[in-house]
This record gives sequence, structure tokens and C-alpha cells, in this order.
Amino acid sequence: MDAIDKAIINRLQQGFPICAAPYQRVAEELGLVEAELLSRLQTMLADGVLSRFGPMYHAEQMGGALTLAALKVPGERFDEVTEIVNSFPEVAHNYARNHLLNMWFVLATEQPEQVATVIAEIERRTGLRVFNMPKISEYYVGLQLEA
Amino acid sequence: MPIDEIDRKIIQATQAGLPLVSEPYQAVAEQLGLSAQTVMLHLAEMQQTGVVRRIAAVPNHYKLGYRFNGMTVWDVEDGYVDELGQKVAMLPFVSHCYQRPRHLPEWSYNLFAMVHGKTEQDASEQVAIIAELLGAQARSHEVLYSTKILKKTGLRIGG
Repeated sequence: MDAIDKAIINRLQQGFPICAAPYQRVAEELGLVEAELLSRLQTMLADGVLSRFGPMYHAEQMGGALTLAALKVPGERFDEVTEIVNSFPEVAHNYARNHLLNMWFVLATEQPEQVATVIAEIERRTGLRVFNMPKISEYYVGLQLEA
Repeated sequence: MPIDEIDRKIIQATQAGLPLVSEPYQAVAEQLGLSAQTVMLHLAEMQQTGVVRRIAAVPNHYKLGYRFNGMTVWDVEDGYVDELGQKVAMLPFVSHCYQRPRHLPEWSYNLFAMVHGKTEQDASEQVAIIAELLGAQARSHEVLYSTKILKKTGLRIGG
């Protein structure tokens, strides 16, 4: 990854234009040609430097719900439980963390009541208690990282 | 904010990402049998109402060298959590900050703040800054580092 990639990442975290040829417009801003921007984006997505590029949807604003939940998974069952949890399309992110509560995942559902259903189903299939921690207040969400 | 059928189709067509072609909205429109104008209008409206936060790239912190991504969790007095949460959120290295419910006795933390460091020392300095800011109002805290991304797909919406 070089300075151009970093400039692309910084620029594309800020938001992308809605117009006929948006890559062309962003490329110009960055002093690149469109083909180079597209090929670098392709590479960064393929390499996993970018996990995604596109519209970021807001579950609650769509009438759905979002929650953070945690599990205390016995070490020897970690892979098996990962597979079960990840198999739910409502699980958007899942991270292993160094704690007794060692698996943390984000659930996004289209209907608020589906959160409880999915949690009950995960509990049933894993035999583990799900610690549900929906946000009560959000103070700020800023994803700005220095490149 | 209610979404209509066209919004729903656009969401489904773009949840894996925006096409990497010169005219991406045109490409989405062709796939859905709509005009590019319609797709752009609906996306702009969804952005205005907050259904779309923004159209953007989501970096993988690990691959960018931020290997120490800590979920710092704090036990603070409920009456002060809003005031303290706002202060913590303003720190430049905090990407997300939330109040969440406790699950006593297993889980006593009600304030969550994500920090990101390239080294363990960076991250622990960030934790120290938050600890200093909260002072005696934080009764206890822990830092949970992510050791592996098990899944990261973003939001899904069914048919």
C-alpha cells in the first residue's frame, strides 16, 4: 500500500458522490485517472484492505434493529460456535476478543422483534447464553483514521 | 423512516457493494430495470433521511496497520454516563462510543469506547487518557482486544 492508496482510503471514507460518473469525479479530485482509481479499489477490496465499498445502510432508520451481543464460548467449542453464529445472515460482524466473553457479534435485523428471535435461536443451537447489549445512547461515531 | 419497494431493491442490489465500473448507478439501474436517474434519486433521498449513512469505503483496521483495536469498557455512575460519554467520544482516537446495559453480576460495564492503535503502547496510552478523563467516576474498566475477525459482511436485507 502506498501514498495513493492511503489518499483513496481517506477520500472514500468521506462519502462518494451520486452522479453519472462518480469514480471519474473522485479520480480527478485525487489527481488520478479513473481507470487507476478503479483498479486500485479492486485490488484493495481483493486484498481485504477495504472490507467493503458502497452505501452504508442504517438498520434502525430502515425500521430494523441493531444490537451488540456476546457469548462465553468454551475454548474447545470456539470453531463450532463460530460456524453456528456466522451462519445467521443477521450477524453482520463477529469478532473474537480476549475476555471470558470471548465472542462479540453485531446483529442487524429488518424488524425490531427479530432480534429476540435470532438470539433465542442462537441460544438454542449453541446451548450458550447470549448477553444482549443493545445501545442505550450513541455519543458519536467517527471512523476517521490517519492513513 | 419507511423505505419503498424501489429503495428495497436498490439496497439488495448494493449490499455487497457498489459496482466498480465507470457508471455504477447505471449498472445498478440496468440490473433492476430502472433508470439511472431513479436509482440516484432514491439513493440521494435515502442519504437525506439517514437510511444510508453515506456511500463510502470501510477500511479493515488490521490491514491498515491498526492491529490493536480495543473495546474499552467502563463502569460509570448511570447519572453521569451521558456527560462522560460525550467527553470520551470527542477524543480523536475513539471511533465509536455507546452506553449499553449491564448484565450483573457477570458484566458491570455501561460505557463502551473503541480505540485503535498501531502498537500495543499506542492503545494503552489511549486507554490511559480515557482513564484520566473519567477519573474517579470510573469505578472499574477493562480493555477487550479483538484477536480475530470472524465475520464482517455489513448489513443484509432479505427479499
